[in-house]
Amino acid sequence: MWLTNSSIGRKYVMAITGACLVLFVTFHVLMNAVCIFWPVAYNVICEFLGANWYALVASCGLAVLFILHILYASALTIQNRRARGHERYAVDHRPKQVEWSSKNMYILGIVILAFLVVHIIQFWAKMQWAEIIGNYYVDDYTGLPVPPAAGTWMIQIAFSQVWTPIVYIIGFIALWFHMNHGFWSMFQTAGWNNQVWLKRLKCIGCWWTTVVIALFVAQAIVFTVQAHKQTYLTCPELLEQYKNMYMESHDAGFAAPAAATQGLFDK
Amino acid sequence: MEHTINVNLKIWRQRSPKDKGAFVNYRVENVSTGSSFLEMLDMLNQQLVEKGEEPVVFDNDCREGICGMCSLYINGHPHGPVQGITTCQLHMRKFKNEDTITIEPWRSAAFPVIRDLMVNRNAFDQIQQAGGYVSFNCGGAQDANNLPISKEIADMAMDSATCIGCGACVAACKNGSAMLFVSAKVSQFALLPQGQVERKRRAKAMVKKMDELGFGNCTNTGACEAECPKNISISNIARLNREFIRAKWND
Repeated sequence: MWLTNSSIGRKYVMAITGACLVLFVTFHVLMNAVCIFWPVAYNVICEFLGANWYALVASCGLAVLFILHILYASALTIQNRRARGHERYAVDHRPKQVEWSSKNMYILGIVILAFLVVHIIQFWAKMQWAEIIGNYYVDDYTGLPVPPAAGTWMIQIAFSQVWTPIVYIIGFIALWFHMNHGFWSMFQTAGWNNQVWLKRLKCIGCWWTTVVIALFVAQAIVFTVQAHKQTYLTCPELLEQYKNMYMESHDAGFAAPAAATQGLFDK
Repeated sequence: MEHTINVNLKIWRQRSPKDKGAFVNYRVENVSTGSSFLEMLDMLNQQLVEKGEEPVVFDNDCREGICGMCSLYINGHPHGPVQGITTCQLHMRKFKNEDTITIEPWRSAAFPVIRDLMVNRNAFDQIQQAGGYVSFNCGGAQDANNLPISKEIADMAMDSATCIGCGACVAACKNGSAMLFVSAKVSQFALLPQGQVERKRRAKAMVKKMDELGFGNCTNTGACEAECPKNISISNIARLNREFIRAKWND
C-alpha cells in the first residue's frame, strides 16, 4: 500500500489529515466565538453536539484523524532521525529561508498534544463522554452535577483556575507555529503547482492561522475574565437554561437532584 | 585588495567507514584571500605531506562548479556559508583572519563516510539508474517547431536539469531526504515531450529506490533549496509529489 510504504504516500496522509484538522480547528474557534457574544446560543450548540449519532460519528472520525496524524508523525520522525545517521553535525546553522517551526514540528506537536489532553479532561470528558456513560461531573464549587450540555458552566469551572489560561496560551502559541508551517506544507505535499502559488499559500496560511489563534486567545481572555466574575453562574438566562437541562435530563431518567438545584437557582 | 590571512581548521578525520572519527585541529598561515577554499585545503595537505602525515581526503574534480564532486559541510552549511555556489567556488575572502573553520563530511545514513571528508554518494547513481533516463531511441534532432515547447517550459526543464547531484540537499536536510535531487531529475523529463512515455513509471521507480536506500521523508523545511549550489527550487518537489500521487491513483 503506497500510503504506508512510500515516503510521499506517508507525507500525503499527513497532509490530508492535517488539512482536515485545520478545518476542525477553524470550526471549533468559530463555535467558541459564539460564546463570547451569545453564551446561551453556545449551550445550544453544545447540546446539538452532545451524544447524538451525528456528533458521535464526527467525534470518532476526528479521533481517527488525530491518531493517524500522530502515529504517522511519530513513524516519520523515527525514520527521519535514522536517515540522518548516527553522527550529528558539530556546527549546524539554519539558513534564513528555513522557518524555525518547520524543523520542530514534532516538538510543537507534542506540546499541542499535551494541551489537548488537558483540554479533553476539562471539557470533552465532562460533556460528550459524561453524556455517553451517563455519569455527570460534580462541580466542587456548587456541589452540583453539571449537565453535559452546559458548556458555559464547564468554562466557568475550567477558567476560574489560575493555571488554565496560561496552559491554553502556551498551547495556542505552539498551534500557531505548527499550523503556520503545516498550512502551506500540506499543499506542497499534495503536489499543488507552486511556481506562483507558494508565496500566496504561505501568506494565506499565515493569515488563516493568525486569525484562528487570535480568536482563541481572545476567547481565553474573555472566558477567564467572565469566569472570575462568575458570570456563567449568575447570568439569569443561563441559569434558566441550566434548569431546563435538569428538567429534561430528569425526564430522561438521570438522577438530577432537582431539589438541590432549586436552591442555587432561587438565589 | 588581495592580502593573506591565517585560519584555524577543525577537520573531521576518519580512517575508514567503520572507524570512529574525530575532529583534528590544524592551522594554515598566509592563505591568499584570492585562493579558493579547496586551494587552501591543498595548502594544508602540502604541509601535512611535508611533515610526513596523512593528507586530508576530500572529493573534488572540475573546480568550476559544474561536476558536483566537491562536498564539505563548512561552518554549518553544505558548500559553505555563501548560498548558490559549490565548495570549489567558495573563496577565502569570505573568511576573516584567525577564523576557526569547522569542516565536516555530509552526514546522512545513505551517504556513509569513506574516509575523512569523502562520502559514498553511490546512492544517487542507484536512484538515477532506477529511472532517470529515457530508454527509447529519440531519433535524430527534429526540425525546429516540429515539437513545440514553450519558452517557460523549456526554461523550467533547464533549471531542473542544472542539478549536479552533489548531495548538498541531503546534507542540509534534517531528515536526510533526497527529495530535491529526485524531484529535479524527475521534473526535467516530466516537463518535456521526450519524458512522457515513461513519466509514471519513472516517478514511481525513482521514489521507490530513494526510499529503499534509506533517505528520509521530506517535511518541507526548505533547507535543501536554501543550500543548493544550483538554486533548484522546491517547486520541483511539489511536481514530484504530484507526479507520484497521480501515478499511484492511476494504478
